[in-house]
Amino acid sequence: MAESSHNDLSEIHKKIKAAFEVFDYQANNTVDVREIDTIIYSLGCFPTQADIHCFIGQVEEDHTGYIHLDRFLPAMSKVLLENKFPPISEDVLLQAFEVLDKENKGYLEPEELTKYMTQEGEPFSQEEMDEMLTAHTDPEKNCIFCKDFIDKLNLEPDK
Amino acid sequence: MGCSMGKSQVPPQKCNRVSISVPAATAIRAALLIQRWYRQYVARLEMRRRCTWNIFQSIEYAGQQDQIKLYNFFGFLMEHFTPGSSERNLISHIFRENEICRDAEWERYFCYKSIEVPDSYTGPHLTFPMTFCGVSKLVEAFKHKQQLHARYVLQILGETWRLLRMLPNINHVSVHHTQQITICGDLHGHLEDLLLIFYKNGLPSPEKPYVFNGDFVDRGKNSLEILLILFGFLLVYPNDVHLNRGNHEDHIVNLRYGFTKEVLVKYRVHGKKILKLLQKIFSWLPVATIIDHKVLIVHGGISKTTDLNTIAKVDRHKYVSALRPPKVTQPAADGSKPQAVNDEDGGQVECRRRVYSLTYPSSAKGQRNQPSRRSLHNVPFSSHQVNWSVEEELKRRRRQAGFDQSYGEIRTSDSDSDPDFGEATETDEHEWKQLVDLLWSDPMPQNGCVPNEVRGGGCYWGPDVTEEVLERHNLQLLIRSHECKQDGYEFCHDRRVLTIFSASNYYEVGSNRGAYIRMGADLVPHFNQYQASRTGRELTLTQSVGWTERSALRALREQLFVHKSDLISAFQEFDPNNTGMISLSYWASATETVLKLGLPWRVLRSQLVNSNKHGMVDYMRWIRELSITEPKLEISDTSILETMYKNHSNLETIFRIIDTDHSGLISYEEFHQTWKLLSTHLKMEISDEAIADLAQSIDFNKDGSIDINEFMEAFRLVDRPAHS
Repeated sequence: MAESSHNDLSEIHKKIKAAFEVFDYQANNTVDVREIDTIIYSLGCFPTQADIHCFIGQVEEDHTGYIHLDRFLPAMSKVLLENKFPPISEDVLLQAFEVLDKENKGYLEPEELTKYMTQEGEPFSQEEMDEMLTAHTDPEKNCIFCKDFIDKLNLEPDK
Repeated sequence: MGCSMGKSQVPPQKCNRVSISVPAATAIRAALLIQRWYRQYVARLEMRRRCTWNIFQSIEYAGQQDQIKLYNFFGFLMEHFTPGSSERNLISHIFRENEICRDAEWERYFCYKSIEVPDSYTGPHLTFPMTFCGVSKLVEAFKHKQQLHARYVLQILGETWRLLRMLPNINHVSVHHTQQITICGDLHGHLEDLLLIFYKNGLPSPEKPYVFNGDFVDRGKNSLEILLILFGFLLVYPNDVHLNRGNHEDHIVNLRYGFTKEVLVKYRVHGKKILKLLQKIFSWLPVATIIDHKVLIVHGGISKTTDLNTIAKVDRHKYVSALRPPKVTQPAADGSKPQAVNDEDGGQVECRRRVYSLTYPSSAKGQRNQPSRRSLHNVPFSSHQVNWSVEEELKRRRRQAGFDQSYGEIRTSDSDSDPDFGEATETDEHEWKQLVDLLWSDPMPQNGCVPNEVRGGGCYWGPDVTEEVLERHNLQLLIRSHECKQDGYEFCHDRRVLTIFSASNYYEVGSNRGAYIRMGADLVPHFNQYQASRTGRELTLTQSVGWTERSALRALREQLFVHKSDLISAFQEFDPNNTGMISLSYWASATETVLKLGLPWRVLRSQLVNSNKHGMVDYMRWIRELSITEPKLEISDTSILETMYKNHSNLETIFRIIDTDHSGLISYEEFHQTWKLLSTHLKMEISDEAIADLAQSIDFNKDGSIDINEFMEAFRLVDRPAHS
């Protein structure tokens, strides 16, 4: 988004606070640590799970299970200013799918995708896998069309 | 952390799907990339879902506050206008029973015997006394969308009324015998959810006892069917089915939230009678259930002053409606007029979460102007710590209900004559508060106990209160309902308070799951969750978020639309040079000031407003584009339109109150009085000409009376077909 590349710190702070506030149920500037990944993602970042754990380690209040805005704000601002977890370009995504689609079919069978997603990298849980398949498998052909998949998800209105 | 991927150098070859011929490291990197990309997408959906949830909740609570304000206003009128003044007469009947007042006469009035069931009736026939087969038949019939004949409705209700009068205020239950019990929360007319519960868990029986924790009616379309089923099972298994009263088991609340209308539409001839009988039944519903002296189940919750011994002894049926204020016998605590009409108290709650700041000294801006009758801490607490045994209680109840040994014999008694609240005593107010607290309160994370501003009744209570009250009564767990939860249930206060909510898709399709509790002799709750679905297929996250979100945004745009004038004024304050443009920040600020919903506008704004590349909003154009509907009527004074839209629900509620015979029609004169009442409530001028104009234009058949339903339909906000 244009804003984050304008080095306007106060704009960044406002953005971060706005996202944080959505999960601050007690209106006391804390959020449950389990919601942090959602907040980070919603600010346009694409960290891995490992990145997230590392980040949480830096900001969590001593295993209370809560994260306070006072620590989140500077850490998150740094992430945004340094563009630490930038978005993934479409070409790179396409290439990643092509790697998995060895036969160059242009699509993946559900079993293929499941195998990769649940066994490699930072594996999906069964629930995550089911959701992905239910939502994005072409019902007629029973497969996932890579290019369409990419386009669809990148098109969803953001923030 | 971008990574660049080289295409695999291995030539494509036919290969077994199971073995990977791609270098493992590349595949791993590819998978990792896709996973984090996809997780980001899911997180964005979750953010949207959370915002959507906030929208629904804040609009819902804003609506409830509205309702409370309206009734505070009526209470104010009752006190401050002399008997005989027109305003007071218009509404006094909802506070007084000036009709038949004795049980025997009520019995005659509700008698079903004269109602004939025609041969053409294809619905279920019931025989009494009620049997398990009879209720099962009823469940099946409702599953097939049949309607029960008014004769049988009145018969079931009559039997239920007689039974409830025998029951104590607090149901005492044990699971030792059956080894298990099922507890359900709010159903709100969602028949499909009740059927789903029965399907998954089984029908009620002596081996399968149930507790239903209130709010059976309002909002959903099958409130009456749910009541008939629950009452049917209650009649068949009175020792194994336990009903707690909820805050929606209240005829005044029903006027606004749909139950009254549902009954009148389904039963055009006998609806009024049915409603009257239900009014009595609701007041006779027990207010709490206790399992094995350890688990307390109430609909709303508790307060610092909750005393179950007191509650066990009150005449619960005196409190027909929680919104029916007992007459104030002392002046308001701060000496001011006890009115909360259209309060502009600057500290008006920004959102329901923000109300927690009441406990912090910094925001003592406004001892909120609560009318004294709602003031929780003024009434001196006097308690007799007498322990009434269940037996004594039952005896007392029977005597009161005019019962002899045999079930079904009725004696004339005063038990159901509604007391004239002019003689309310201090004890009455204290009792009233105890009951309202049970039905209306919500838990909060902070310690303390403060008035529940958002609901306008009951309190917010903290973990310290939970601990103290549970200790005092030797209890270990409080199960309550009253608040919708995304997963159907939620613990709080160190797992000593459990909220259970059984109406799935409460706000919109896909908004939340429902749940019920199964509990064994060990009194450990186990949960079953579900989501009723029209198509029988679970919605994907994407679909449910999209659907729910569209609905929430529509509701929100409606709110924006009805506040057009105020929004324009607020925008103009930020635009002193009249450029027609303001920044997004100011847009968010102004919108929150006007709507006071406490929503995360910054996050929502991309869905609601466009800005140019400098981040500026053309606000007049935005307002124009919000325009949602053209009213179907020709009216010269358009300012009255905006008032109509803004006060849609209040207007409908007032109409229904004035329509004392529930005929659905009101006269020109009543119509005029309604508008006058509304304008007083809103402290604004509505000219006689405007009202006359309006009345004339909607009297479609020119017969001098106005059909309420048609009138409201004409002004229901509808989405304009998509533009842009």
